Amino acid sequence: MNTVRTQPDPGNAIMRFLKKRIAVYALLIAISIAVFFLFPYDLGFLTRIIIMMIFVLSLDLILGFAGVATLGHAALYGTGAYMAGLFAVHISASPIVGLGVGALSGAVIAFISALILMRAHGLTLLMLTIAIAEVLKEIANKAQTLTGGADGLSGIVMAPIFGQIEFDFVGQTGYWYSFALLMIVLFFLHIITDSPFGLGLRGIKQSTARMRAIGAPVYWRLVAAYTVSGAIAGIAGALSAQITELVSLNVYDFSLSAEIVIMLILGGAGRLYGALLGTAVFLIVHHTAASVDPFNWLFIIGGLVLGVIFFLPGGLLSFPKKLGWVTTWFSKQPEETPR
Amino acid sequence: MSIIFNILIDGISYGMILFMIAVGLSVTMGLMKVINLAHGGFALLGGAFTHWLTVQAELSFLPAVAIAILGVVIIAILMEFSLFRRIYEFGELEQVLATIGIAFLIIASVNYWLGSTLLAIKFPEYLSGSINLGFRTLPVHRVFVILIGIVVVVALYILIERTRFGVNLRAAVDNRDMAASLGIDTARIYAITFGLGAGLAAFGGILGAELLPIEAYYPLRYMVLFLIVVAVGGMGSILGSFLAAISLGILDTAARYLMPDFSTIIFFSAMMLIFIIRPHGLLGKS
Repeated sequence: MNTVRTQPDPGNAIMRFLKKRIAVYALLIAISIAVFFLFPYDLGFLTRIIIMMIFVLSLDLILGFAGVATLGHAALYGTGAYMAGLFAVHISASPIVGLGVGALSGAVIAFISALILMRAHGLTLLMLTIAIAEVLKEIANKAQTLTGGADGLSGIVMAPIFGQIEFDFVGQTGYWYSFALLMIVLFFLHIITDSPFGLGLRGIKQSTARMRAIGAPVYWRLVAAYTVSGAIAGIAGALSAQITELVSLNVYDFSLSAEIVIMLILGGAGRLYGALLGTAVFLIVHHTAASVDPFNWLFIIGGLVLGVIFFLPGGLLSFPKKLGWVTTWFSKQPEETPR
Repeated sequence: MSIIFNILIDGISYGMILFMIAVGLSVTMGLMKVINLAHGGFALLGGAFTHWLTVQAELSFLPAVAIAILGVVIIAILMEFSLFRRIYEFGELEQVLATIGIAFLIIASVNYWLGSTLLAIKFPEYLSGSINLGFRTLPVHRVFVILIGIVVVVALYILIERTRFGVNLRAAVDNRDMAASLGIDTARIYAITFGLGAGLAAFGGILGAELLPIEAYYPLRYMVLFLIVVAVGGMGSILGSFLAAISLGILDTAARYLMPDFSTIIFFSAMMLIFIIRPHGLLGKS
């Protein structure tokens, strides 16, 4: 019987995995169908949320799980966007191959920069991540003949997906295309974070020294995690290039890197659903606050960030737990007061 | 010859501004181990107050500067008591987020108060002319900035090396728990240092308004620049911040004069090179 426990049947493992996740996947699909019919005129905005969710998920792997603080994740997203855009303009209009190009270029740039980044810590690391994004932005700006510089890269026209499904003006195809990718990325990240590799990353976050002591190659684990994160960020960038049919220098913006960190912490880092929740809340608040009062939305975002950091350190996802704490605290009160 | 001279004058005065704004950031980072992304907000507040006092209230320059700096110091110390004191305990990432949130609130407040346009500061007549040295003329403003920068460096040196407060501050930077257990009131040192750093940032922001124009988004626009000075110099090192600020100021100015197309790339590549050689900055402790 012991052999069964140590070497579980792979089919069984998949079943257990699906059992654990199937309810959430079903819920996500139900939500996506519901908002599709409830907000048919906001599909562009909804698609934007989905793309950013993929991007924030990629950040969650390296920041939430491995504990590497970065303020330059736009470097990977932007490279994916530019490469997929250039590929679409010059080589092939196939969206699926374009995504592959975005993922590959994101992974390559992540791997190269990780070789430098993963040796640094703290402020130096933050500064290096910012510097890489800024240098890439400047290169994209200067390579005007190729990228269009400050005017942006235009002229991207996408072929139908699998040669069958055309992109429409309302954005229905874009919405479902992005959502399908989000589910694939989420599924993939669930597998990674449940694997020994993912557990190793959590270990590195908790104590680098301890992981070294048990013989884990910490540096190369982090390089690998950053590369995977880069591939996913590259997919998000490619998706944004394909759906908006435009790539501008903004894809490398520092504010984008900072905003996705805010989204992740808002939702709860180190939990994939936190990335989804935080992105949705941030972008919806941003969208509504900016349309109600375009000049003062920073008050709301600033207050929201401070409120979460001070009162909900685990992110919005920990809110129910926090409420639970409050109720148990209240119910305990009478027992303690008689003394 | 003349271009080298110009680069030096502009570069050094730019460096002095960077130093004044960043030194407080460096010391508070070394002392409280907090990555404060809201520091540029104090420079913005200094500039915004001076703008309001000189342009709208039509006060003359020097009293306006004094009032503005005093105001920023008071605001900073109040914020230290109410907000930052709790942020010290947070992890690195939460600190980054919390201080970015504070920066947002400062930006939003200035935006609400004075709008998002450029906030010009009315410099007095005697700072806007130029000095004739016989063989060359120099803008008075640059010379003034360099002189003030030197005064600030000397004053800081005396404060840190020659006073009781400086001894306590250095002890707290080296090991705050040990300093506290020796009876040094670290909470008081934190508050004073924080206020002092904010005041210097305000002063730097006002003097540097010609180079780094004051507007509501100032804290975010130049945050990376100030952080680079701190990181390159080494957290907590005043001399390191000074060397980093002056050399980055000269490097950036030289790159703008000689190779304007590649100035950003040169600037950031130089920074990355320094980090590869010295991961903790020029004078930082490992």
